[in-house]
Amino acid sequence: MTIEFKDVIIQTICRLLTPPIQLYALYVIAHGHYSPGGGFQGGCILGASFILMVIAYDIGEVKRRMAEKMNTIFCSLGVIIYSGIGAICLILGANYLDYGILHKILPVNPVRARALGTLGIEIGVGIAVMAVMISIFLNIASGGEHEGALE
Amino acid sequence: MIWQLDIIILIIVVISAIAAITVKDLLSSAILLEAYSFLMCLLWTEMGAVDVAFTEAAVGAGISTAFFIGAIYQTTRRTKD
Repeated sequence: MTIEFKDVIIQTICRLLTPPIQLYALYVIAHGHYSPGGGFQGGCILGASFILMVIAYDIGEVKRRMAEKMNTIFCSLGVIIYSGIGAICLILGANYLDYGILHKILPVNPVRARALGTLGIEIGVGIAVMAVMISIFLNIASGGEHEGALE
Repeated sequence: MIWQLDIIILIIVVISAIAAITVKDLLSSAILLEAYSFLMCLLWTEMGAVDVAFTEAAVGAGISTAFFIGAIYQTTRRTKD
């Protein structure tokens, strides 16, 4: 299965479609606490945009934009943002992930601090889910070799 | 919530689920599972659970089908049993 697969229609459509998908994913993450959506769904859509790039081009194109080391760093960074915000709440004297106490270090009232804490959690979850989805897909599609997937 | 629409979507869900586990071609099975997932998303939207439907559309119909297709490329396309 090493057929040279380059189709100008698929590549052009993918190139045109990837930025709106990523913009929509960022909207879903940032607007997650007002409407349906949130970190998990937005992270899945962000990962799907990279998977679309693997399908249209090849695995090298994605690894040039999002290297394996960078992906691992993002994967850990999301978990650190999530648990860090929770631990800050714990240090300030409230329960784990009790965002209302964040008004002691942020210049806002407790209600606003709660909304901002939720936004921070959503961003952390979104980053972690995106990195894990890309990592799972690259490992499955290339059989752990990390080159020449779906060709 | 319209119960006639519920019944119609449920019947198509059952048909696509049975077809996904009986068909021999694994790629067809993955696409039928995506159809099942999308119909479940439609059913949940119609029942008012928009957040669950969003998750189903993003994960079930989007990501997991890509995972299945990537896994099928590593194996044979037809099942033996």
